[in-house]
Amino acid sequence: MKMTMIEIRRVHTHVEDIHHEFGPVAAQPLRRGAVCAVLTNPFAGRHVADILPMMDALQPVGIAMAERLRAAMDVPVERIESYGKGAIVGAAGELEHGALWHVPGGYAMRELLGWKGDRAAYAAGKGSPSAGATVGQPGNALAIVPSTKKVGPPGATLDVPMTHINAAYVRSHFDAIEVRVPGAPRPDEIVFILAMSTGARVHARVGGLKAADIAQWNGLR
Amino acid sequence: MAAQIRKLIVELDETRIEMGRTIDPPTRRALAIAVIANPYAGRYSENLDELVAIGEELGGLLGAKCIAALGIAPGQAHSYGKAAIVGEAGELEHAAAILHPKLGAPLRQAVEKGAALVPSAKKLGGLGTAIDVPLGHKDAAFVRSHFDAIEARVSDAPRAGEIVVAVAVTDSGRPLARIGGLQVQDIKGEDGLR
Repeated sequence: MKMTMIEIRRVHTHVEDIHHEFGPVAAQPLRRGAVCAVLTNPFAGRHVADILPMMDALQPVGIAMAERLRAAMDVPVERIESYGKGAIVGAAGELEHGALWHVPGGYAMRELLGWKGDRAAYAAGKGSPSAGATVGQPGNALAIVPSTKKVGPPGATLDVPMTHINAAYVRSHFDAIEVRVPGAPRPDEIVFILAMSTGARVHARVGGLKAADIAQWNGLR
Repeated sequence: MAAQIRKLIVELDETRIEMGRTIDPPTRRALAIAVIANPYAGRYSENLDELVAIGEELGGLLGAKCIAALGIAPGQAHSYGKAAIVGEAGELEHAAAILHPKLGAPLRQAVEKGAALVPSAKKLGGLGTAIDVPLGHKDAAFVRSHFDAIEARVSDAPRAGEIVVAVAVTDSGRPLARIGGLQVQDIKGEDGLR
């Protein structure tokens, strides 16, 4: 086992303003961003049965990344409307190493955006209130953070899914941002990714649940 | 005519550890990219003045975005570079019109001084085409520790009638530069070369 569980080699931020997509120019451009931390994979090259200690060790990494992304996007937390997360594991690792990001990545952004839930319950997979359990908006960042992951070579692209922070079914906010770090991950690295956006797709017009009509506050609708 | 910008992208890349060695302070490279409409797409135009003007506008805009992303004073910039990817309905000369006549002056203003040539690259490409933006020290092109490149790429651009324009600025050289040559502390900065 390596001496340090967390070794951050590189940090890469990406922020984009989308003014239009060949339709009417948006009064305020959609801003989307991603932050990628390239970490040493302490489990590279062998099978380690108990990898959970790294999940705990990643908590502060996630929190720092979430704030770094918000700062790079240069918007207050109130303007963040959708989010997503992902991981790209280098060739000497396994997909399960990327899965370590599920709790710390999601938790970090939900914490930043005002989630009021129970951290321990969240880590145990019981963090979302059941349908109809609440009246009115109990907090922010109620929806599950959508995610994807893969094993890939340096420069691999990952399409990180994004959905509304309070209701996963808001159709205007179904989106994805393509993320890659040139030169990473090396075989013994993992790229952990967080993504956030200030709104709907720039010309969203396929109906469905609107953000303004969120009513159940159960993370879904 | 002002640039018709569809997308504006800013990236910051920070290297903290390379080959197991801590880089302190980390090397940092910023990249600003504009996806613009090509006013000459699909036709031959002898005169390319609109793109020359767009180049001037983008030199200032993208240079300032890089400096802001790095969070440094303009004089703290080390190296720079520029590049363009022309969509399929354009020609290579369109990239040249943006990059060469007028982009440099406002970029140099954004980074202060800039005695050296701004190294450049250009190509014709489709969606997601990557271009390696060359980097060189802004005041002395021969500084060996700062010869570098950063990859620029926009997943959904350039469309046929678009041009991707990239400017890169750093506050450092390569993370573990150790192959000799002219060093930063030995720059004279008069002729742009040494």
